[in-house]
Amino acid sequence: MRADEPITPILRGENIQVRRGGKRILDVSSLKIFPGEVLSVIGPNGAGKTTLLQSLSQLIRLGKGDICFQGKKVGAEMAPLDYRRCLAMVFQEALLFDTTVYANVASGLKIRGVKSAEIVSLVNTRLEQFGIEHLRDRSARTLSGGEAQRTSLARAFAIEPQLLFLDEPFAAFDPPTREALLEDLNGVLRTTGTTAIMATHDQVEALRLSDRIAVMNEGRIAQIGPPAEVMNHPVDEFVASFVGMGTIFEGKVINCERDTTTITVTRDTRPAAADTLPTSTTSAPFPPAAGTASERNDLIVEIAGPARREERILCCIRPEHVTLSPGVRTDRSSARNAFPAVIARISPAGAFYKVHLNGGFPLVAYVTVQSIEDLNLRAGATVTASFKATAVHMIRRG
Amino acid sequence: MEIIFAGIKQALSLLVSLDPEVMGITWLSLKVSGTATLISLFIGIGIGTAVALTSFPGRQIVVSLINTGMALPPVVVGLFVTIFLWRNGPFGALEILYSPMAIIIAQAIIATPIVMGITLAAMQQLPRKLRLQILALGATRFQMVWLLIKEAKLSLMAAVMAGFGGVISEVGASIMVGGNIKGYTRVLTTATVMETSKGNFDVAIALSVILLILAFAINLVLTRIQQRVRPR
Repeated sequence: MRADEPITPILRGENIQVRRGGKRILDVSSLKIFPGEVLSVIGPNGAGKTTLLQSLSQLIRLGKGDICFQGKKVGAEMAPLDYRRCLAMVFQEALLFDTTVYANVASGLKIRGVKSAEIVSLVNTRLEQFGIEHLRDRSARTLSGGEAQRTSLARAFAIEPQLLFLDEPFAAFDPPTREALLEDLNGVLRTTGTTAIMATHDQVEALRLSDRIAVMNEGRIAQIGPPAEVMNHPVDEFVASFVGMGTIFEGKVINCERDTTTITVTRDTRPAAADTLPTSTTSAPFPPAAGTASERNDLIVEIAGPARREERILCCIRPEHVTLSPGVRTDRSSARNAFPAVIARISPAGAFYKVHLNGGFPLVAYVTVQSIEDLNLRAGATVTASFKATAVHMIRRG
Repeated sequence: MEIIFAGIKQALSLLVSLDPEVMGITWLSLKVSGTATLISLFIGIGIGTAVALTSFPGRQIVVSLINTGMALPPVVVGLFVTIFLWRNGPFGALEILYSPMAIIIAQAIIATPIVMGITLAAMQQLPRKLRLQILALGATRFQMVWLLIKEAKLSLMAAVMAGFGGVISEVGASIMVGGNIKGYTRVLTTATVMETSKGNFDVAIALSVILLILAFAINLVLTRIQQRVRPR
């Protein structure tokens, strides 16, 4: 194949629709999976991730649409059984048979009528890869959750699938177990070069494993692309919110010069999260903007990138791109945008703390435990929140 | 109490001496109830699995009918089998009324809903996604059903025990369609009824003890199989 020749997708889904109870629960116009890639499908509960996986794997009947595997239309040019024998699936539950670990890992091969000698070699390889060779004669019923899921993964890889479907395989595990499983799966996926589609609601999982990420909402793919693109350049408010753009606000373009757009943001005069603010601050006026207020008291935000004058846009900022400094500062740092803001709420978020602020519009920032202490951050305190013009992602309102 | 001890003593004596009449009755009971259970397994597991794995309009009514069938009174079965096999009945031409075949038919009708109901419950208890997992492993529909039946094997063994237990101990249908003919259709339960009505309590107790030993032995074997199928 020539280097400039386009890669043929291993799987192509066109106009896939599934209805349940008279309601369309899946509607995907086009989806291509390329050989060797790992595609993660993320989205909230009920977005249609599982239905998409089960449709693509032909485990449920499609209402409408075609699935082409290696250029052959499944059901017309390729029998569904032949197609299913090219793939494997791992569910959230291990779904093991009531027999030994060895027999479980061998089950897919037995179903295919593979010879015993070959089965032994294939099964042993997978048992070793997933670190469960010492469990080979144990009953599947006596395994821990992590061991059971390892067995399920080994069973899936034992059949050397050309396409692997993973339906939230680690959702039920504690962080250390999930981390270990994720590490092993990543290793085997990369070693074997297996093409995989994984449904998950955990963005960290998606970022760790994927070459591309698809975000689903209400049965549709809202956005698909490389992880950095999806995480930093969401196409709409839903995706922005789902991928963790903590700060989302609307503004109106008033100027655009030398690739820098200036917008006005109407100051939100309502106290943010009033229930969490101390009584003394909820009734108090918000601190004045540090030299950024327009004559109508609107806020001015500068954004890197072009836009049309008078255009209404959505601005999205990741929490890690918002920095906080104590008190009200009027000097301008390298960050083009600095606003006095009142801390509404501080909540733990894994290794960080999530600080919810109101600086005339809602802002969210991540800070370390050390920063909480150093900056004396607490609900009701006034700080300066700043972010760079390049940290703002614009979404056109259409 | 004396009657009971005498009966037990008589039972042991009949067993040890391998009394030909008692052995004949015992063998016929085993043959008839075993065959009826086997027939009920084929029909019951087949239909129970089909109902469990499919959805169709009126499914709930079918499930209710199967569950009702589990409590089918043997005398009602006996009555209808008699009517159907009666000389002028729909199957009168077969001339099998008052034969072991008639008892097998009646007992199979009694055991089938029991096996069907337990199979249905057992298959429904399996995780729904297990079916999808089996299909995703590349199984044909037949392989899928077979693997599901294997997964439900412990419950299905209970279905065998319940089915066999139900028919080996029933008397109403056997006496109605078999007629309790000596050396032909006399089984342990019908013989016990007859001996009791004749006042031969010692023989009746002896037959009951043999029936109990038989039921216990069969269930012991089945239980051992049931417990052995689970790996350590």
